[in-house]
Amino acid sequence: MKTKTSYLSKKAQELKPSGIRRFFDLAAGMEGVISLGVGEPDFVTPWSVREAAITSIEQGYTSYSANAGLLELREEIAAYMNRQFHVAYSPKSEIIVTVGASQAIDIAMRAILDPGDEVIVIEPCFVSYAPMVDLAGGVPVTVQTLKENDFKILPSQLKEVITPRTKAIMLCSPNNPTGSMLNKKELEDLAAVAEKYDLLVIADEIYAELVYDEKYTSLAAIKGMRERTILISGFSKGFAMTGWRLGFVCAPEELTQAMLKIHQYAIMCAPTMAQFAAIDALQNGRSDVEDMVKSYRRRRNFIVQSFNEIGLSCHTPGGAFYAFPSIESTGLTSDQFAERLLKEESVAVVPGNVFGESGEGHIRCSYATSLEQIQEAIKRIKRFIDKLN
Amino acid sequence: MKLSEKELEIVEILEKDSRIQTEDLAKMVNLSTEETEVAIKKLEEQKIIVKYISVIDWSKVEDHTGVTAMIDVKVTPQRGVGFNEIAERIYRFKEVDSVYLMSGTYDLSVVIEGKSMNEIANFVSQKLSTLDTVISTTTHFILKKYKHDGTIFEQSDEDKRIVVSP
Repeated sequence: MKTKTSYLSKKAQELKPSGIRRFFDLAAGMEGVISLGVGEPDFVTPWSVREAAITSIEQGYTSYSANAGLLELREEIAAYMNRQFHVAYSPKSEIIVTVGASQAIDIAMRAILDPGDEVIVIEPCFVSYAPMVDLAGGVPVTVQTLKENDFKILPSQLKEVITPRTKAIMLCSPNNPTGSMLNKKELEDLAAVAEKYDLLVIADEIYAELVYDEKYTSLAAIKGMRERTILISGFSKGFAMTGWRLGFVCAPEELTQAMLKIHQYAIMCAPTMAQFAAIDALQNGRSDVEDMVKSYRRRRNFIVQSFNEIGLSCHTPGGAFYAFPSIESTGLTSDQFAERLLKEESVAVVPGNVFGESGEGHIRCSYATSLEQIQEAIKRIKRFIDKLN
Repeated sequence: MKLSEKELEIVEILEKDSRIQTEDLAKMVNLSTEETEVAIKKLEEQKIIVKYISVIDWSKVEDHTGVTAMIDVKVTPQRGVGFNEIAERIYRFKEVDSVYLMSGTYDLSVVIEGKSMNEIANFVSQKLSTLDTVISTTTHFILKKYKHDGTIFEQSDEDKRIVVSP
């Protein structure tokens, strides 16, 4: 027999493990760790939503749903997207319920990419985008947003990396890990580039519910963009439903139908009980979402001010639940800072460089944790920095 | 009274945690500590913040014998003062915790804390039922408190999430 690894595809062999994994392994074995490294809400799914799933199981709704998801859920999603974000999609032909937003990104990439097609990936960003482009046969072309621009992408930066092979831009706003959000004007500027070069935009709007200062504008609501946007969202962040693995993708019919072919062969359908839960979330979850947003906003204000006070310069993120302070003043790299902070003060943060080159010099700190934990973490980080000087 | 957005934030936060440090509260609402102090003082003077209390789980305290009863009271409203006068006559008793005017089959809901069932029985039979305008009372004793004023008494705050995730 050949060696086991020689059976592996080149792609699988060359795929790099996520830099987050290393910190998970480091932190997992330790006691008394305060974690600002968690990329999910600290709220448990609202009871009404959990109860709806339990009821669906009791009533025996345990079979497959339609490939695209329960029609009732798609109708609720269509109504919700219209009400909340002023975008109109047909529940019958333009919406697919997916296994988390992650699977939506996967089928979007596989539906649009031929070998060698390029996707512009705006970094720092969620760690899965570039690997998913790669796995779908495409070529991720990264472009770095900068701290001095509040980590917002500039049209000129996009133009610099566009080639004849560019097919799409991967956009995440509000952004993980920087929390930056593009407002209407900035989206219009980006839209102008997409139109000029005839590109698609895959818009990961999973954090759209969690915005704190400006009103959220969906890219698909920008004039002319509905036709060239693959809009991805889900229930994980806004409705505190990460473990349910439920997301969705909305796109013009031709694109949706191609994604649906891939989805039906690869996944069949999203879990039925989670879909029943999601129906309840859309029908009854509004006040829960509003309460959670209020709570995140207060903690955001607290953590951003606290970082600035202890000498780690931090811009105010417009959305999501991450602060992304600069640690350059300490003279350490992101990796060194995060590793030593974990070992010396038992505080887990994620080094910014795992999200992309320009994340170097920063750490991602989730404030989706209790105020007491945030206070204690800040105290320990201050002690750590003071020791360095 | 119309509250500003910041004042509203402040009372919402204090309602959940009245012991929060003013500096921390100030950061959460993006005000200076001084501005926050002034705002709190004003809210106290306006009696919007009435007082600061703690939620105690008395069932954990050994030898604590207190009981709580909720009493539905039917009364005859009086010309000119409606229910207010009788409500006042009831809430002035120090044993009485809360008094609400209710819609539905009875008029006043009275919550009362006593040392024993006997003590409450005495209060109902001797003080409450004997008031002129009280027509009838129905007393319900609380057997166990699961959740009180938004606080779940037996709740684990274990964080079930994995330590680091993307």
